[in-house]
Formats: sequence, C-alpha cells, structure tokens
Amino acid sequence: MPQDPTERRVVVTGVPRRTRRTSGYYRPRTEIDEQTTLGHTYVRSLMRSQLRAGLGVFAVLVLLVGPLPLVFAAMPDSAGLEWAVLGFGIYPPLVLLARWHVRRAERNERDFARLVEDR
Amino acid sequence: MNENYAVPAVALVVVATVLVGAFGLRISRTTSDFYVASRTVGPRLNAAAISGEYLSAASFLGIAGLVLVQGPDMLWYPVGYTAGYLVLLLFVAAPLRRSGAYTLPDFAEARLASPAVRRLAGAFVVGVGWLYLLPQLQGAGLTLTVLTGAPGWLGAVIVAVVVSATVAAGGMRSITFVQAFQYWLKLTALLVPALFLVLAWQGDGAPRHAFDEPAAFREQRVVRVDDSLDLKLDRPLRVTVSGTVDGRRHEEERLDLPAGTHRIERGTRLTFTKGDPVPVADRGSNGGMSTSLAAGREERPLYATYGLILATFLGTMGLPHVVVRFYTSPHGVAARRTTVVVLGLIGAFYLLPPLYGALGRLYAPDLTLTGDADAAVLLLPDRMIGGLGGDLLGALVAGGAFAAFLSTASGLTMAVAGVLTQDVLPSRGVRHFRLGTVLALAVPLAASVLVGGLPVADAVGLAFAVSASSFCPLLVLGIWWRRLTPPGAATGMLVGGGSALVAVAATMAGFTGDGTLHALLAWPALWSVPLGFLTMVLVSLATPGKVPPETSAILARFHLPEQLAGGQVRGAAKEIEARAGSWRKVRTRGNG
Repeated sequence: MPQDPTERRVVVTGVPRRTRRTSGYYRPRTEIDEQTTLGHTYVRSLMRSQLRAGLGVFAVLVLLVGPLPLVFAAMPDSAGLEWAVLGFGIYPPLVLLARWHVRRAERNERDFARLVEDR
Repeated sequence: MNENYAVPAVALVVVATVLVGAFGLRISRTTSDFYVASRTVGPRLNAAAISGEYLSAASFLGIAGLVLVQGPDMLWYPVGYTAGYLVLLLFVAAPLRRSGAYTLPDFAEARLASPAVRRLAGAFVVGVGWLYLLPQLQGAGLTLTVLTGAPGWLGAVIVAVVVSATVAAGGMRSITFVQAFQYWLKLTALLVPALFLVLAWQGDGAPRHAFDEPAAFREQRVVRVDDSLDLKLDRPLRVTVSGTVDGRRHEEERLDLPAGTHRIERGTRLTFTKGDPVPVADRGSNGGMSTSLAAGREERPLYATYGLILATFLGTMGLPHVVVRFYTSPHGVAARRTTVVVLGLIGAFYLLPPLYGALGRLYAPDLTLTGDADAAVLLLPDRMIGGLGGDLLGALVAGGAFAAFLSTASGLTMAVAGVLTQDVLPSRGVRHFRLGTVLALAVPLAASVLVGGLPVADAVGLAFAVSASSFCPLLVLGIWWRRLTPPGAATGMLVGGGSALVAVAATMAGFTGDGTLHALLAWPALWSVPLGFLTMVLVSLATPGKVPPETSAILARFHLPEQLAGGQVRGAAKEIEARAGSWRKVRTRGNG
C-alpha cells in the first residue's frame, strides 16, 4: 500500500474506470486486491456475515422441518395432517425463507461495498 | 390406454425437443458458448431451465406411485427435493457461481489446486451421473411399455439417441432453451389433466377416504397379478380367485384367506368387492420405481424418514446436473435470485404429483398389487374420465413424462460429458465433447439394457446419498473453511461417499438381512454425511502444511461481489475467463 498520498492519486487518475466514482473508495479495494492483512480482514468480515445469514435461515429450516416426523409419529391419526403439511403447506415457508435469505445476503454485500468504497 | 393418441404425443415432444435444440445451435459458436451459454442466461430463463432439468422421471411418475403404494410418508421425497435448493441457496449458490468453474471437478481444482482431488471429484461426478441416468432410461422404457406394449429397451434407446443428438449438436445453450421449454411442458402435462381429474372427482361426490389407511376398493375390481408376490393380510379377506394361491389352484372360487402371508402365483386373477381394504404386496425389488427400500422404512420408519430428509436436503447441491447450471448465471447475485425462482417453480410443480397419488389411492388402488404403481399418473385419466377426453389427457401426460426423461437425461449427459471431455479424453474442444456425449450415454444405456431390473428409486436414492456424503462436505467446507487441505478433501470424499456407496450397494445386493443393520445400510445418509464432514475436517487439521497458498485469494473471489473483486483476487482464471484476460492484465498492471 503506497504511503504517499500523491503517488496514490497518480494511480487513481491513471486507471480508466469510467463507470465508477473516482474519489474516496480506492484504498480498501486496493487492500483487498493486493491481499494485505487488512484486505483479508475485510473479506473475513464479509464471509462471517454471510455465513451467519446462512446459518440463521438454516436453523429456522431445521426447527421447522426437524420435529415434523416426530409429530406425525406421535399423533394417533396423522395421515390427514401429513397430507396437508407435506403436500401443500410446507412449500410457501420454503420460498419465503429463500427470499428472506437473498435479501439479507444482498444487504450484507451492499453494506460491505459501502464500507469498502465510502472510506 | 389408447396408443393412437399417446404415441403421436410422445413423438411430438421428441420432435419439439430436437427443434428447440436446433434453434439454439445457430447461436452456439465458441467453446464457451457451447458449455455455459456464455453466461448470459437471465434468472427467469435459467430458473425454468434448472427446474425443467431437475424434474425427472422420479418426480413425474415415481412420487405419485410411491404415495399410492406407501401413503403420505412418501411426501417427504418432493419436500426434500425442493428444500435441497434452499440449502444450496444458503451455503453454495453465489460462491459457486463466483468460483468461475464449469463443473464440480473444476471447483475442486480451483479451490484446492490439486489435480488428484480434481480427478477424484470427476470420478464421483461420473458415478453419480450414471446412477441417475439409469433410472431415466428405465423410466422411458417403462412408459413406452405401458403405453404401447413395446419392449422395455426401446424407450431407453429413443431417449439416448435424442439426448445425444441435442447435446452433441448444441451444447448448453440449446439445452437451456430445451430445459426451460420442458419445465412448462411438464407443468402443463400434469396441471391440465389434474384439473379435469379433480372435476371428475367432484362429480363423483368428492369421496375423501383416500387418506384412510389402508386404501380400500371403491368398486368391484379384477386384479391380474403379473408377477408372483406375497400378500400380507392384517385381517381375513374374502376374495374370488382364478389361479394359484398358496400352491393350490382355484377356478372362480370364493376363498376366505386368514390373516397372514399368502403366496400368489403369476397370472392369478383376484376379484375384490367394494369396500375391501387393499392388501399389501411384499415383492421385494421388482424393478418398479415405487418399490424402493420399502422394507427398511417399515422396520425403522422414523430413522428412515430422517435419513431420507438428510440425503435429499444435502444431496441436491452435489448433483452434477444441478451444479453445472449455476455457472450459466451472469453473476453471484443472479445465481441467488435464480435459486429463489427455482424454489417457487419446483414447489408449484410438486403440488401436483401427490394429488395424482391421492386420486390413485381412490381410483386405482389395484396398481399396488400389479406392480405398475409408477404408471398411475399415466393411467388415471383413462380410469377416471375415459372416452376420447381420457385418451387425449392420457396422451398429454405421456408427452410430459417423456419430456421429463429427455430433460433430466440431457442435463446429466451434459455434466458427465463435460467431465469426460476435460479429464479423460486426450484433448479438449467441441469435437471431443461430442465423443464424450456418446460415451456418457452409452454406459448407462448398456447397463439398462443388460442389467434391467435395478430398482429405480434405489438408484436415485443412492445418487442423493452419495452426493450428500461426498460433494456436500466438499462444497460447504471448500467455500466456508480456510483450513481445508487437498488430502482432507480427498479422504473425506472417499470415506463419506464411498461408505454410502458400499452401504446402498450391499442393501441392493441383499447382503444385509433384516433388522437394525439393514435399516442403517439402506438409509446411510444419517451416518455417512457426518462421517464425510468429520473425516474431511480431521484430516485437514492433521495436515496443516498442505493448505494451498492461494486459499485467501480464492476465498475472496468466492465471496466478494463481482464489482469489488478486481486484480489478483480475480486471478486463477479458467478457460471461460480467458477472453477477458488481456483486459484484466491491463487492469492489474494499472492497479499495481
């Protein structure tokens, strides 16, 4: 990482990236690109937040589905309930969980992009 | 079933598949077009393609048959097939796309920089792919036999020829169009007849006893037993018999069979009267999709249910034809959104097969005895509606069934052929890919013609269990765990996937007898998945020196949004990114 701000500015103006804003976002991205310790820390923080999001939804899925076979086994006359839940009722929650996770994951990425670019 | 309508319907599906494939051929130009559609496929088209590819013979015919024979417990199959995509979304979808590899072996090599792990993953892809292709070809044979009485191998040969032609000619791009088309075809082919069937059911006074255990005959029905079987009776049964029961011949005699097991010889006709409970046939493995490892379920129903849940929830992410589709998304965010659409599409489709199963329990319970339960979906329109309407609806269903065989078989062929071309055949390139396609189909086709009677559900279940115990640990640990090493990944895949393979193979060969051991081996996922994970983690921890030096950069590439990953993080370019290579080199130099 160049310590001299003048040198860095030369590089910024030297790289033709017309689609992006040219001020303020450069340093952390360079850290990531050049794989410095600080860059690794950035990536780790993103991975951790994404893993947390995934594990959270996975836990909800386990709590939702895990007890069902036990419930069906314990109930004396479970056939009707089993048809209703497994044949129909379980699909909307699956889709909702998926949408929830996608929103969280994309928000994590947006937050990360803001952290990296707005410094 | 009237073949005058069904055969043209099947022919129409085959011709339409070839035509839609040919349409894609004109667009398919470069190698990268050929494999992954240049990654320009949008979420909706790609989601329809993934769903079309995923809904196989087991989904289209098998689930209704399983529900018909074994009741609502079997609904865990479609639930697991769907929820597998949720797990895939949570841990794998976006990083897998960002890894930038074509296939699972590509992923293994990119992550671990080890040709040996790559070859091992390739071997598992080919193994799982062939296992999964076998039931598709057999299902096609069964359908054509039920429809026309044609010999069983004919359907398999037709599917193999059409699939190798479309895949070899157009590659993935045409397959994307074909698969998306097949999804809507399959949905229509089940939805339209289902609407008429429900109307017929309502016109019939909406009888509800489908949910009763066990199913009962609604009217007097003559059942012809095509294969000898053992009948298990919980209660005494009065039935009219023409043929041989328990070694004694009878001619149109009314028999009182006491509770217990009775041997019915082939060719026997049983006439049941209205209200009789449908007896349970115990025939072991007869090659139908619905027989499955039923015995294991009866002995340890809870254990078997949890084994099924684990295998399907975690096995989906490692199925070779599922994974290869994620590379066609333009970026990680699109891969995630695609998966959500897939969940919706697949969930919508899976509302229908259980309906056929329930109606089958009402109107065709005798299929459990004749061993044709897989044909329930094909036969119900004729049974419930009849006449010209029933024939036309039956033809529509038959066309949809063939769409199911074609789409899943082409996806699997694509994946297996990709591995064969890249890792086995001497040089890469389009011509060798065509050779790989023929090889990918020739082996399962030969197996289905020569071996024949492998139970279809067993093969599918085996594919899921092996995938869950080998590829699931590889993908999840590879994406989220920095300390994974090549020796750890290799031993984990071998121990987890290998033990699952051996366990189910032993069950299918009948080595295990009865009791706890049988149940443990018939549903291996519950112990083989943790075993695979544990081996991978422990061996990796024991070989800390073997962590690939590039791990940090590779993980950054997996997880960073595309617009942030520049320069060296993006490095480790694969063939697909070669075109952008000069551009990236300029950019890296600028950054440095």
